Amino acid sequence: MSVMNTGGNPQLNRHGELKHLLTIEGLPRDVLTRILDTAAPFTEVAEREVKKLPLLRGKSVFNLFFENSTRTRTTFEIAAKRLSADVINLNISTSSANKGETLLDTVDNLAAMQADMFVVRHASSGAPYLIAQHLAATGSEHIHVVNAGDGRHAHPTQGLLDMYTIRHYKKDFTQLTVAIVGDVLHSRVARSQIHALNILGVPEIRVIAPKTLLPTGVERLGVRVFNDMREGLRGVDVVMMLRLQNERMQGALLPSTQEFFKSWGLTPEKLALAKPDAIVMHPGPMNRGVEIDSAVADGGQAVILPQVTFGIAVRMAVMAMLGGNS
Amino acid sequence: MPTPQLPDAEALCTALAEAMRPHVEAARTALVGIHTGGVWVAERLHAALGLAIPTGSVDVSFHRDDYHQRGLHAGSKSSQIPFDVEGAHIIIVDDVLYTGRTIRAAMNELFDYGRPGRIDLAVLSDRGGRELPVAPTWCPHRTTLPAAQMLALERSDDGRLSFRLMEK
Repeated sequence: MSVMNTGGNPQLNRHGELKHLLTIEGLPRDVLTRILDTAAPFTEVAEREVKKLPLLRGKSVFNLFFENSTRTRTTFEIAAKRLSADVINLNISTSSANKGETLLDTVDNLAAMQADMFVVRHASSGAPYLIAQHLAATGSEHIHVVNAGDGRHAHPTQGLLDMYTIRHYKKDFTQLTVAIVGDVLHSRVARSQIHALNILGVPEIRVIAPKTLLPTGVERLGVRVFNDMREGLRGVDVVMMLRLQNERMQGALLPSTQEFFKSWGLTPEKLALAKPDAIVMHPGPMNRGVEIDSAVADGGQAVILPQVTFGIAVRMAVMAMLGGNS
Repeated sequence: MPTPQLPDAEALCTALAEAMRPHVEAARTALVGIHTGGVWVAERLHAALGLAIPTGSVDVSFHRDDYHQRGLHAGSKSSQIPFDVEGAHIIIVDDVLYTGRTIRAAMNELFDYGRPGRIDLAVLSDRGGRELPVAPTWCPHRTTLPAAQMLALERSDDGRLSFRLMEK
């Protein structure tokens, strides 16, 4: 194994292997592809009588959720348990943080409990980076960090499972037109998707959203912006819907959710503008009747439930790769 | 240094099939090849023995005991077990038997699918150097190689199998 220049990417060890998963941005294409390749055999584990592999046996995975999330936490928990890890769930929004303990004090305490991996969800962008840096600075660099969503910044495992889903249905990234629709402004999922699609060589990435729900300068991420949904959906292969993040909205970015649905909700009639074999994705949880019509969510082009199933395999692959790379 | 005489993989496949023939039941015996060389050999044996149950394949990456030293093996494949493992007579097939660790991992993998009635082991060559108490049921060739060398099975484009000696 050769020692390579990792360009200072804090996620990679000196061999260029994944040590933490903090963001998709800046990951080399071969690392990203390798995660997707590695996930494939993990999908089949769910079909076995014994849905458990021994790779993380004797390891302790701490789910540190400073922000509520039932689904993501559950899929990480299932993934870690299928790898035979001991899983400890900490909902810190309801615990020590409220008693005044700082993030890094919490981390130090868990490191002293012989943690092997932290899965971190935090409302502040960069919190998982801060933890990884702190671990390196305090002699606990053997602990791996997985970002399970930080602020508006990144949600790398969601981005990866979306790429896995696209590859499963469409095989080749280099011929695709992909549309990301909805609340891009508040979405860490959209940022991870855009970086991943660019790294994998998707020639046309569209974002479709009202101006009030787009970050300024979004074009610089390598996307085409459409402020008209019908125009944006024309001829696309993949429609990735985003959840309207009501809880993150401050002020009057939207007139009402009904109004939003009228212009930006995915209905069968709008979906008909995409390619006939286009797939529809959603990271969940869905707001039916807000960003997506039930007829589409439950229709033949939706691959929303397969996304959930693939998500477990992708998270198993990520944790198994990290756990084996010191 | 002259290359030592390498065994003829094609002849060994034939010899292995003949050794197994009296002990298999075409309708009830199942083969499972270990990726990648073992799968090739298992395909040959399946045809030569006229077995009815489709051949399975296992990738042992998930059960390797060197995961904590070497990480997850790159390019691991899915195991495919197209029959009911519960109570089955299964013959694990590999190209070369060395430390026995791969066979241990393959058996662990199989048990994730059920409880086999009996497991046998068929290999083309036993190169010595066992680190676990594993013995082949059928093995038409034995040799002793230094730890720095590796006996590898290769398959040419026309499907012919041959052995190659590699320095690690």
